[in-house]
Amino acid sequence: MEAMGWGRYPKTTAELIQPADSQALQKFISAQKKSASCISRGSGSSYGDSALAEQLVSSRFLDNFFELDQQQNVLRCGAGVKLGDILKICIPRGLFLPVLPGTKAVSVGGAIAADVHGKNHHLDGSFCAHVQKISLVLASGELVACSEQENPELFRATCGGMGLTGVISDATLSLDSIPSSYINQRSLIANNLAECFEHIEDNADSKYSVAWLDCLATDKNLGRSVLYLGEHAESENREIDTMYGERFGLGVPFSTPSFLLNKTTMSAFNASYFGVQKRKKSSATLGYDKYFFPLDRISNWNRLYGSKGFLQYQFVVPSESAFDCITNVLERISEKGKGSFLTVLKKFGESNENLLSFARSGYTLTLDFKNEPTLFPLLEDLDRIVLTHDGRLYLAKDARMSEEMFKASYPNWEKFMAIKSKYDPKTRFASLQSNRLGLTQ
Amino acid sequence: MKILIIGATSAIAKASARIYAELGCSLHLIARRDDQLALLASDLLVRGASTVSHSVLDLNKFAAHEKTLDAAFTELGGIDIALICHGSLPDQEKVEQNFKQAQKEINTNGISIISLLTELTPKFIEQQQGSIAVITSVAGDRGRQPNFVYGAAKSLVSTYLQGLRGKLLAYNVNIVDIRPGLVDSPMTAQFPKGPLWSSPECIAQKIVKSIRRGSHTVYAPGYWRVIMFVVSAIPEFIFKRLKF
Repeated sequence: MEAMGWGRYPKTTAELIQPADSQALQKFISAQKKSASCISRGSGSSYGDSALAEQLVSSRFLDNFFELDQQQNVLRCGAGVKLGDILKICIPRGLFLPVLPGTKAVSVGGAIAADVHGKNHHLDGSFCAHVQKISLVLASGELVACSEQENPELFRATCGGMGLTGVISDATLSLDSIPSSYINQRSLIANNLAECFEHIEDNADSKYSVAWLDCLATDKNLGRSVLYLGEHAESENREIDTMYGERFGLGVPFSTPSFLLNKTTMSAFNASYFGVQKRKKSSATLGYDKYFFPLDRISNWNRLYGSKGFLQYQFVVPSESAFDCITNVLERISEKGKGSFLTVLKKFGESNENLLSFARSGYTLTLDFKNEPTLFPLLEDLDRIVLTHDGRLYLAKDARMSEEMFKASYPNWEKFMAIKSKYDPKTRFASLQSNRLGLTQ
Repeated sequence: MKILIIGATSAIAKASARIYAELGCSLHLIARRDDQLALLASDLLVRGASTVSHSVLDLNKFAAHEKTLDAAFTELGGIDIALICHGSLPDQEKVEQNFKQAQKEINTNGISIISLLTELTPKFIEQQQGSIAVITSVAGDRGRQPNFVYGAAKSLVSTYLQGLRGKLLAYNVNIVDIRPGLVDSPMTAQFPKGPLWSSPECIAQKIVKSIRRGSHTVYAPGYWRVIMFVVSAIPEFIFKRLKF
């Protein structure tokens, strides 16, 4: 079958294996022929080529809930369970996932493999900070448990390890208690990047915090943005949202011609969005779906970028140099006549000990670009800017970073390799990304 | 609501059971493998089912049907919906050449369901309410070269259901014949998939909806009604030459 990530670039042909349960998964991994390499695949929400290989091991049928302990707020479930399904069972019981990325389609296995982050990273860390235990199928077919106590080095390599240590079959997660499923949102307007940074720093204790940025604004308006802050509302309302998209089937049925997304339309969209937000009331109470997953409302929105797909570019840089770096990046993009449709800025908290996890203390900027040949030289320029400022790129979104860039910006890659070769000496697990980054051949 | 699901560990059954669990129903599950039943039971409890019980049954052991169904009725204290989902997809070439194999497949996909329905019918008549839903297949609409043994067993059930529906009309019991098209599940793992394939979750939604509405014959997804209408309309002198 044709396989691709959420960005629809690159595309490859792959064989899809869908084990019916964890025994079938173990059997498949241990019986695998020598030559083929495989990588686990959850819901295909990583953007680039991190879940692409000759053989894709789908966690689709590993979607059981095993146990929900409501005294301890602990849930054990299969790796194929999607975060949205967890929310559905948690919210009526007054529980919530401590970390939510921008889409609820992500599988638990994928969330661990990419060690995803949410709008509360500055307070609560990334997804794996709330993972107590993982069951992992190794290259030998053996099923091992790993946690901070049991096989800790394997745990540290698997959290954020992009599926290269084995296939996660199930996980035990800590949940948070919440008063309601609604979020009180406050939005602050910033007329330029400096103001935006100020707002972020002033509201560092806000539970959720993320800024939308007008990437196409230039000169004195450079970095004009809206900072969205959120707190759980103190009502008893624990409704499960159903989005318009789910109710009315709103979606993009096929790839729209990519010329529709050009600098003029993006500029118009961004400017009008900023204008509307500026005039809107600055506080509102929103359902969790609307607050956390605005893009899930339009299913298959990735098709808006045309059949060639798009690339996301997300980097993190330390706070000291963040302002300079982001200004540089935005200027370079506008110099080259490119633009990002959606641009998001967020401040991260401290990093964790996972070897390949992306999040570290500093600022992260996310941009998306339509895939076109002239984009790649620009992204290489941006790589250089990011690297000079001691930053790095997010593996779950990357589809093109060079091996040098990766190895220079992820200092723990050698430690990771040592653990990988211990548990996977014959390189059973490899993705197009790991080959490109020189982690596997 | 009290739901009995037979062949509960099949992909479509599992997806349907999850919808009923989220609605807070009580469920009784019947399938062949105990370990899988236990896993599914805990999954359904987490999803919100009020109670989940299960019993192991090899559906080709017809003699055991009565006892197992009796136990299920006692366990649930009456049944609002009985959903029969089990089945197996044989290799046509093999079963064509080996009657023993063919018999086994027809037993699994056809006769075992007749046996279950024979046991369920008096119980539903006594209750004077409820729905019995059976998953058959679009393969039963016309005998096609690549899977006519499977198709024959399914059409046996469909024909039986038509008659039974009339019989139970007076007792306020509805019979739903669900005919899924191509479903992407572990049962069809070996086939390459195309745009006509649908997910077990999509079929399950249709099942739950059609039981609630009291539908009769349901194609899932609905466009299979059109496809099978066209397939059925092809004149035999052409159809016999088609290999699809």
